Amino acid sequence: MKSAFIVLVLVILTSAAAAVWLRKLVHAALCLTATFAGLAALYLQLGAEFVGFAQILIYVGAVAMLVIFAILLTRNAGMTPEVRWSKHSGIIGTAIGLLVLGCLLISLSASNGIRLIAANTPEPTINVQRMGEQLMTRCVLPLEVLGLLLTAAMIGAVILAMPEKHGEGLDSDGRKIDEL
Amino acid sequence: MLLETWLVQLKHWMVNLFPAGWQPGVGSLVSVTVILGVFATLFAVATLLERKGLGRIQNRPGPNRVGPWGLFQPVADGIKMLTKEDIVPLTADQVVHFLAPIVLLAPVTLAFAVIPFGRKLVPIDLDAGLLFFFAVGSAAEVAAFMAGWSSHNKYSLLGAMRAIAQMISFELPLVISTMAVIMMSGSLSLVEIVRAQDGGVFGLIPRWHVLTPWGLAGFLIFFTAALAESNRSPFDLPEGESEIIGGFMTEYSGFKYALFFMGEYFGMFAVSGLATTLFLGGWHAPLPFLDRTLVPSFVWFFGKLLLLLFVFIWLRGTLPRLRVDQLMNFSWKFLLPLALINLLVVALWRFTASWPLAGRWALCLVALAAPFVALGAALMRHRHWKPRHYRYAR
Repeated sequence: MKSAFIVLVLVILTSAAAAVWLRKLVHAALCLTATFAGLAALYLQLGAEFVGFAQILIYVGAVAMLVIFAILLTRNAGMTPEVRWSKHSGIIGTAIGLLVLGCLLISLSASNGIRLIAANTPEPTINVQRMGEQLMTRCVLPLEVLGLLLTAAMIGAVILAMPEKHGEGLDSDGRKIDEL
Repeated sequence: MLLETWLVQLKHWMVNLFPAGWQPGVGSLVSVTVILGVFATLFAVATLLERKGLGRIQNRPGPNRVGPWGLFQPVADGIKMLTKEDIVPLTADQVVHFLAPIVLLAPVTLAFAVIPFGRKLVPIDLDAGLLFFFAVGSAAEVAAFMAGWSSHNKYSLLGAMRAIAQMISFELPLVISTMAVIMMSGSLSLVEIVRAQDGGVFGLIPRWHVLTPWGLAGFLIFFTAALAESNRSPFDLPEGESEIIGGFMTEYSGFKYALFFMGEYFGMFAVSGLATTLFLGGWHAPLPFLDRTLVPSFVWFFGKLLLLLFVFIWLRGTLPRLRVDQLMNFSWKFLLPLALINLLVVALWRFTASWPLAGRWALCLVALAAPFVALGAALMRHRHWKPRHYRYAR
């Protein structure tokens, strides 16, 4: 059990470091995907099946693809290494990293998970059904708020991507491009 | 009973030959070997079936030179693929180019682990089995991108972009149509879902999900989305030969190409197996009383799987390829709303459980057919049927 944990952590840390240091952006994105997959494996090793699979589905399947699409659509198909370092990028990066770490530490120490571990409470058996019930009863408000936020984001994205009314949507002969 | 359990008993006997500490590892090794062996064989059979079937559809004999009726054609194909030169483009990204076929094939093979092949033949019964299936399936997008980008070829990259856009678009209707099944059976475990389809009405009509209005709609949506997810015709734009050579596999040769091919077929098997499990009653016999006969349950499962494979091949021989914009419109404007409406219909079906069967059926059918017709009419409204103009080929 412990050796599996060490191997996983080594994989995660190596791929995370590679994601930071590799010079080609696409390589960095692929290493980041490996990091996500490693984190999912860590969840699985801790017995959190649902979270682990959701992590793979969302981070490897969607977020990584989003990152890759963003790279391909904005910079030269990511073929050439073009990471330029400005003088302050190291300082800014470290500052942002420390800020995130601080936020995480504060919220972690505020949660009661740490106290439960310290008090050595027996771990509860969690199955998907109970998680679903909790989501639909105790956590229904955050769930709905998240849903609303995502819907708003999606509508915004659609509006951004919508073609202009005049001129667009016609082909070179002035005929309307078929829909469906 | 022996016919049903001989595989499990064989596994127990083999595992018991080893010391206790090794047994879990040996057990999973045996399961993995069996799964790989069975599906690699099925891969060989399916390639032959596909070539023969397409041949018959196009009024030609298909492969008929190697062995009786061309039966050994897959063996010849395998030897050819193995002995071909493996060419990697000089400008390709060597590491990513090498890893792409592995990243494609390994997760697809993992997906077989949760499918219940028979009453006793369940590799692992995961509490969140269905989620596991889709989670490992999402790695295919990464693999397609890796293959397309690393080849350093514009056709590869175009094919990869098409493949990813298509897979992301059709994943939504695919997953949402399965949510209907989860709502009815109340479980994400595939074993539980098969159990929910046990028994039958009057001992004659099986309780398969496909025999309910929401199940039928869900099955059709699922199957259409599955066609697109596995990049099969008529959704085979990512490798449209006449447009972009071979899509993201253009720069692959020899056995790496075979691995991609295998990945596509394995994906097809996995998704057909899932369709069988979710909608077609899994390993249950088509008539409930047949469940108690000597015929082992996995025979029924693989029968249904082969039937679905036949439909895959049949559609490939029948339908022309879609255009990219048609594909996207079809997924986002038609399949996705229908899948969402199907979720509402499931809720309706569930809450009208005390109604007489005919009333329930009528209500749910209307609730499904009305939006289907309305959506179709709305999308077809500005469509004028006329001879097709080809801009670049007169």
